[in-house]
Amino acid sequence: MLSLTKNKLLVGAIAAALLLTACSGSNDESTATESTESTESTEVAALTGSIDIDGSSTVGPLTDAIAEEYAKVQSGVIVNLAISGTGGGFERFCETGDTQISNASRPIKDKEVEKCKANGIEFTEIRVGTDALTMVTSSETPAIIQCLTTEEVVSVWGPNAKKKWNQVNSSFPDLEIKVFAPGADSGTYDFMNEDVLDIEEPRQDYNASEDDNIISQGIEGTSGSWGFYGFAYYQNAGDKQRALQYDAGAGCVSPSVETAQDDTYKMTRPLFIYVRNDALARPEVADFAKFYLDNVASVIGEVGYIEAPAETIASAKAALQAAIG
Amino acid sequence: MTLLSTPRSTTKDVAIALQTSKASTRKERLFQLFLLFSTLVGLVILVVLLVDIVVDGFSSLDLGFFTDYTSRRPEDTGIRAGLTGTLSLMVLVALIAFPIGVGSAIYLESFAPRTWFTRFMQLNITNLAGVPSVVYGLLAAALFAYILNFGRTLITGALALVLLILPVIIVAGKESIKAVPPSIYQGAIALGATPWQAVYKQVLPVAMPGILTGTILALSRAIGEAAPILVAGAVFSRRADSEPWNLTEPFAALPVQIFDFVKRPQEAFQVEVAAAGILVMLFVLLLMNSAAIVLRNRYSK
Repeated sequence: MLSLTKNKLLVGAIAAALLLTACSGSNDESTATESTESTESTEVAALTGSIDIDGSSTVGPLTDAIAEEYAKVQSGVIVNLAISGTGGGFERFCETGDTQISNASRPIKDKEVEKCKANGIEFTEIRVGTDALTMVTSSETPAIIQCLTTEEVVSVWGPNAKKKWNQVNSSFPDLEIKVFAPGADSGTYDFMNEDVLDIEEPRQDYNASEDDNIISQGIEGTSGSWGFYGFAYYQNAGDKQRALQYDAGAGCVSPSVETAQDDTYKMTRPLFIYVRNDALARPEVADFAKFYLDNVASVIGEVGYIEAPAETIASAKAALQAAIG
Repeated sequence: MTLLSTPRSTTKDVAIALQTSKASTRKERLFQLFLLFSTLVGLVILVVLLVDIVVDGFSSLDLGFFTDYTSRRPEDTGIRAGLTGTLSLMVLVALIAFPIGVGSAIYLESFAPRTWFTRFMQLNITNLAGVPSVVYGLLAAALFAYILNFGRTLITGALALVLLILPVIIVAGKESIKAVPPSIYQGAIALGATPWQAVYKQVLPVAMPGILTGTILALSRAIGEAAPILVAGAVFSRRADSEPWNLTEPFAALPVQIFDFVKRPQEAFQVEVAAAGILVMLFVLLLMNSAAIVLRNRYSK
């Protein structure tokens, strides 16, 4: 029988081995280079520090793509990116105040602004892109179901939703409507209800999921299915589902990059980042925000979203510059 | 044989004996087949899952996958931040949970007075082992991150996992200590050892393999958990490594990264990259479990 001292040694050895494994992959990126108070506008100055970002899972991948590019320029700045959802992000941004930037797939709500105010947090809203909410159905659904007006969408998704397609529009077939859509915690859900349709609450008898891939799977196999999600998921959806056109009053329009940009497709939503004004005093936060606006156009397509109009980006740049002072 | 089986309806005595033995062997066979089937179900499903993951994930497993941070392109993305985060968490959780858990087990098993209060505590600890993991995460987020103001940092994540596995370590430790023959303790006392010496020098070394196995199995459960560290503040992307001594840094973790991969719109992320991440995590888990087996074998004799 071995004595405990030897056991202790072994436990220590294991812990040491784990420690070694843990740090063998580390490098010097986190160590500070030069302090850079001199000129924050010159691009060569190496910045250090860390930026905490939380918020929308829609905008998260876009911000991560920017952070990926930013790390090539300023490797000393660490961007910590979490995805608690738009609402969860604003809670940290306005209440606990431990993030400097909040990602949002909808404009900030009044009560969230109140919270920020109550905690003395001033912020700048920066529009970084556009997402086209896309209504989809299975490719097995009869082709006659192709375009929905706002009224028809309400009778598919609204509080007094119909059970069958022919109750929505008499030209549609006698087919059951099966809805797969985002759950109540998602910004997509909020945006559809509050900004597109202006309804209090949607139908309750639908398959809700916070994971758009689950919605996608449900849509695919079910004839007569209906659901919606962000444009990025539609682009990657394959040919087992098709997008439905949306008629906001001026005719049927398919979702696409072009129709979203020229504003003929009306089911678009703006994507934002919100930056704390007092954090902009830190050179790395200001520099990252500027970098975001300068480079968003080059990565946004790859992430699956749509460029915001040039004048919107220009005015966002002006607002940011004013906030930096 | 005939005593064991009691057929319900029979007609002739001679037939009974014959039938009974035949029926009982058939029953025996059936029973054994059922047992074999039960064993195979788990095994086959596991093999199918493993093969599926290896097929999906192997192509993404290159050196870059370990040395790169996340990327918007599935072929360039990596798990470096998550891997260093998970390894740092493991070290911290082991260092914190082991002494506290074993200490508590020794106290409860060897020193605690046998009162209603002790029984009450033991009952509570056993119950705590069954609490859903996300509850510990919420508790850690509220208590450590905001009330004690540690922030959403590595130490908060580690403490969430410590809370999660402490009951398991305590229960495993108690059982191992209980399994040590009382004669060992009594012998030491009879030879003049103090109770502490008897426990420390005689009982604990015998119980150690069981305690270590329990601890490592609990640890490997902890590192696979996404929910508690997600609410305790794990980020899904950062371009810096975690180190166990940088307690107040934000951290990423493997399960959280895998969760993010699965949720991305691109199929390459959902299938290949996520599977590669799962493979890495499985490998870390296997490594820990084999460490548990090695330790047990080394210290059993």
